[in-house]
Amino acid sequence: MSAVIETARLTKRYRDLVAVNELSLKVEEGETFGFLGPNGAGKTTTILMLLGLSEPTDGQAFVCGFDPTRQPLEVKKRVGYLPENPGFYEDLTARENLFYIARLNRVPRTDANRRITRLLGQVGLDNDGDRPVSEFSRGMKQRLGIAEVLVKEPKVVIMDEPTLGIDPDGVTRILELITGLNREHGITIMLSSHLLHQVQQICHRIGIIVKGKMIVQGDVDKLGSAILKERRWNFLLEVGGKADGLEAELRSISGIAEVEPRVGGWFLHCTVDVRPAVVSLVSRKGLSLLQLRSEDPTLEEIYLKYFREA
Amino acid sequence: MGVVFWKELADHFSSRRFMILLAIIVLTGVWAIYASGQSIRQEAEGIPTDFVFLLLLTSQSGGLLSLATFIGLLGPLVGIMLGFDAISGEYARGTLSRVLSQPIYRDSLINGKFLAGLATVAILWASILLLVIGLGITLVGFPPNAEELWRMLIFTLVGIFYVGFWLALALLFSLLFQRTVTAALGSLALWLFLAIFAPLIAQVVAGFIVPSPSTAEELTRQADIASIISRISPSTLFGESVNILLNPTARLLGIALPEQTQGILLTPLALGQSLLLILPQVTTLFALVAVCFGISYIKFMRSEIRA
Repeated sequence: MSAVIETARLTKRYRDLVAVNELSLKVEEGETFGFLGPNGAGKTTTILMLLGLSEPTDGQAFVCGFDPTRQPLEVKKRVGYLPENPGFYEDLTARENLFYIARLNRVPRTDANRRITRLLGQVGLDNDGDRPVSEFSRGMKQRLGIAEVLVKEPKVVIMDEPTLGIDPDGVTRILELITGLNREHGITIMLSSHLLHQVQQICHRIGIIVKGKMIVQGDVDKLGSAILKERRWNFLLEVGGKADGLEAELRSISGIAEVEPRVGGWFLHCTVDVRPAVVSLVSRKGLSLLQLRSEDPTLEEIYLKYFREA
Repeated sequence: MGVVFWKELADHFSSRRFMILLAIIVLTGVWAIYASGQSIRQEAEGIPTDFVFLLLLTSQSGGLLSLATFIGLLGPLVGIMLGFDAISGEYARGTLSRVLSQPIYRDSLINGKFLAGLATVAILWASILLLVIGLGITLVGFPPNAEELWRMLIFTLVGIFYVGFWLALALLFSLLFQRTVTAALGSLALWLFLAIFAPLIAQVVAGFIVPSPSTAEELTRQADIASIISRISPSTLFGESVNILLNPTARLLGIALPEQTQGILLTPLALGQSLLLILPQVTTLFALVAVCFGISYIKFMRSEIRA
């Protein structure tokens, strides 16, 4: 695997505002990378610099092995970009819009027509190809945007907030489409979003950017503990039956640092995994175990924490 | 660039506002030519004139403006109409970043748009010219001679530059103001200023420099200053060029003292001589187009595309 998108200390300054601050990220070939951050964190600016639409103040970017500032055309030949709220020529039909983009990519006429028919089918707009785009709903426009990105048969697709302002059903369809692109066509995908759970659903790796700085990047499932550095053991215990004196006995288990009563149970702050000891204690006392849940902070909580700081 | 050019051209020709403007121009044009043709026919019974076709373009009859003035008036509107939403419209629709993320050079977009606008103007002017010739032949009964054809052709070229200036200006405004309405209003305001207020201001300034002229010399000096100042306006430049081009007997711009005109033969000037007379005007017009477009070009190449 090789890096398709790589940046080194990429920086963009607007007068006194630092929009992107020494950002280094890496997207490997064939993966789906989620670029996560609150509004105004610098996601779009980074994407624009990757496409050569904006010039970095400092640092470097490489996309498919090319520097977007020096060889923007080589990058644009290989990278499809779907902006936030993609706009279309409203009085042209969907097909005409795609045809224009195909011609800008020097796709020959006959090829272009065949390709457009196939792509419209792929995004589920087979019957709407000859309608003017002004009649399209937001979700349909977004899907048309995906078709348009694919017209050039890209190696990499960069999407800026692809699910913004779309109803849940539309979101599902778009997420399915994106996963399909990655799995079936082997296209590397980088998408930006501020919605963690959507990114978690479809991305292999994510990077979190706040105030122009990359806070963390890594595999989705390992990210939570990576941020915490050392793992803590926190459990929520609920039992059924008369639990007199249980709290005192819990405290005596070595490894449990603190016991906090909660509604119907206790919250345990521990230094090691005490689950076997707790379970055996509960059964010795003849109580029924209702739940013993690991209460590690989730990615969501970590993410929210950073968001609040931002 | 070719792709952008053809798409923009198709857009212009299928747009509703182009249809409306075309209808206005054709209707008024036909009426103006018909009216002046009728009056020429009546007058031509007695005195056969040279350059009947040029007269068709310049003669005022029935209280109507002559076709040449009329075109000079509507030309800027056509240019502004074709250019004011060139870039701001793409911003508003959010298509600019999509188009520019395609593998095309950034300047091919603005070049394609400008050339498509110019081509539209050229087609429009050429059709008006053909309309004049066609109508003229049926009204007058004989075809134009070579001299007239050349003069009309050059008139068309100058006209295209003139409208091209307004197109370039509207393009610049559409880049400076990212809102379409602001761009349109800005261009229209500047048009009003240059076409109507600039000559008035020139008069005032000239009156200020040469107060209450008493001698003939002072009078001409005041008039000269006024015309020099009013030449900042492309409308004046165009008006003067058209005046010389379509009026072979005209041999100077501005006013002349009686002793200067004494002994001048009222024979028409050769085409080359007329051209020499308006060379500064035409060159300036061309330069204005180039400067206006140049500024938009540089601005566009350096701008950051966010929408």
